[in-house]
Amino acid sequence: MKLVTAIIKPFKLEEVRSALTDLGLQGMTVTEVKGYGRQKGHTEIYRGAEYAVSFLPKVKIEVVVPSGTVDKAVEAIVRTARTGQIGDGKIFVSPIDHAVRVRTGETDDSAI
Amino acid sequence: MKLSNLGRIATVAVAAIAIGLMAAPALAQAPTPPAPTPNKGDTAWMLTASALVLLMTVPGLALFYGGLVRTKNMLSMLMQVFACVCMVCIIWVVYGYSMAFTEGTSFNPFFGGFSKAFLAGVTPESNVETFTDGVVIPEYVYICFQMTFAAITPALIVGSMAERMKFSAIMLFLALWVTFVYFPIAHMVWYWAGPAATVGAGKALAAATGDAKVAAQTAMDAVVANAGIAFQWGALDFAGGTVVHINAGIAGLMGALVVGKRVGFGREAMPPHSLTMTLVGAALLWVGWFGFNAGSALEAGGTAALAMINTFVATAAAALAWMLAEKIFKGKPSLLGGASGAVAGLVAVTPASGFAGPMGAIVLGVVAGFVCMFFCSAIKNALRYDDALDVFGVHCIGGIIGAIGTGFLAAPSLGGTGVFDYTAGKIADYDMAAQVIIQCKVVALTLVWSGVGSLVLFLIVKMIVGLRPGTDQEREGLDLVDHGERAYNY
Repeated sequence: MKLVTAIIKPFKLEEVRSALTDLGLQGMTVTEVKGYGRQKGHTEIYRGAEYAVSFLPKVKIEVVVPSGTVDKAVEAIVRTARTGQIGDGKIFVSPIDHAVRVRTGETDDSAI
Repeated sequence: MKLSNLGRIATVAVAAIAIGLMAAPALAQAPTPPAPTPNKGDTAWMLTASALVLLMTVPGLALFYGGLVRTKNMLSMLMQVFACVCMVCIIWVVYGYSMAFTEGTSFNPFFGGFSKAFLAGVTPESNVETFTDGVVIPEYVYICFQMTFAAITPALIVGSMAERMKFSAIMLFLALWVTFVYFPIAHMVWYWAGPAATVGAGKALAAATGDAKVAAQTAMDAVVANAGIAFQWGALDFAGGTVVHINAGIAGLMGALVVGKRVGFGREAMPPHSLTMTLVGAALLWVGWFGFNAGSALEAGGTAALAMINTFVATAAAALAWMLAEKIFKGKPSLLGGASGAVAGLVAVTPASGFAGPMGAIVLGVVAGFVCMFFCSAIKNALRYDDALDVFGVHCIGGIIGAIGTGFLAAPSLGGTGVFDYTAGKIADYDMAAQVIIQCKVVALTLVWSGVGSLVLFLIVKMIVGLRPGTDQEREGLDLVDHGERAYNY
């Protein structure tokens, strides 16, 4: 099992969700986050006060997939989340040791 | 006093009213006209205008200010404005109205007396004069109308010390401030003997011959002297450029200086938490301001209509000017800029609203929009004081532009109305230079009286209850610290 963590532009969430669902993935966790990478922030001006806003709003998707599906999942996210502009986001893949479905007690691949 | 001076002084049409003195002793020989009765149209309009001015404050001003602070201080802002209105309404009927709008003793040029404390002697049948000889409105509606002015003026101040002043200190300060600053200034600018006494004394003087001339002149002088000091000068302030806006603006600056900067000012971002609220508030201010300005005519007539159209166009012009200045100097026109410009325009047109023509009002609005925008960014940043919501930059600076601008724009040659001469029964000759100098004098009077008075009162309050919460409490936010509640529970 692998954890795929993707940080993407918020307006791309629905396309990504749809593509991952098409792969047969049955769930995901989504968090509204802020951060920055190469895409710099912007300046906000309120009367005389100017603020540099460094942290931009992004969406973080966390989805645990069977090891055999991970490449397809990553490819689907890249395909759908890409705009070609700076700020499209990042994908991180990390191993998962163990998973349990709370309702049934099923474990690992049958739990995700 | 010479009759020629008398005309101008006595004719200044500001939002004040005579309280009695229908006939001075020397005029006893004149036939007594039947007592005038209120016109129902005038009365209905003034009842409406009074309610509109309350709408400016709650919720208008409260939301305008509330949207500009951070989430953790939203309720404190709403509460300070709301509680201020409630407190001042009570103070007003206990002694405020009497201090502002009755004849005082030897200090009559500066503040009134206590003859109408607790509204003594006021009944549903009591009337007060408007600016037309023989026209009256019920005294209760006049008391209500002026009450709303007394309530909004101190509420304007709290924006300067937003997010960092204890609620108890604010309430104590505002109670002292209306007593020692607002009521006297209102008396100085707006209190006069009224049209009937002035017209009567003028006629008696014109008719008198020989020895009677001296007695008639003495009576005339007494009528003229029975007015606030600024009114005696001949200052023009239709709806409160000096009394309300300069007065509150300079008090706000003193507050910002004495209370000090917010914790983290200049290092942490302090963006407004909801400009949506701010626009709702600014729009309610604009709507309510029709009551404020057009109501200051005290009658439902042409002068009220003039004040209304000026309140439309000056506001629109100032909002556009501020947005244009932002586009030029900062790259983008902002909603907050537009809303701030609208308020600056409303402030500037307030003293001029019944005197300037609509085209003059547009010019006034454009000047106010540009200058206030420049003041709230460049000058304020250079001076590094923390006037949190720009009460000084918008209300004091805008008020000064309006007060001095009124001296120019009231001129008939610039489309203004001129000033009505009650003695001659016509518009007097207009001396623009002299009027502008008078306007500068009343601006200076207000700045000094309110500036020094507010400074002293802030220091007194600091000694009695202290001005600020602890640093940790300020970081936590005044909503929880002062009021034990939060604005938004999702």
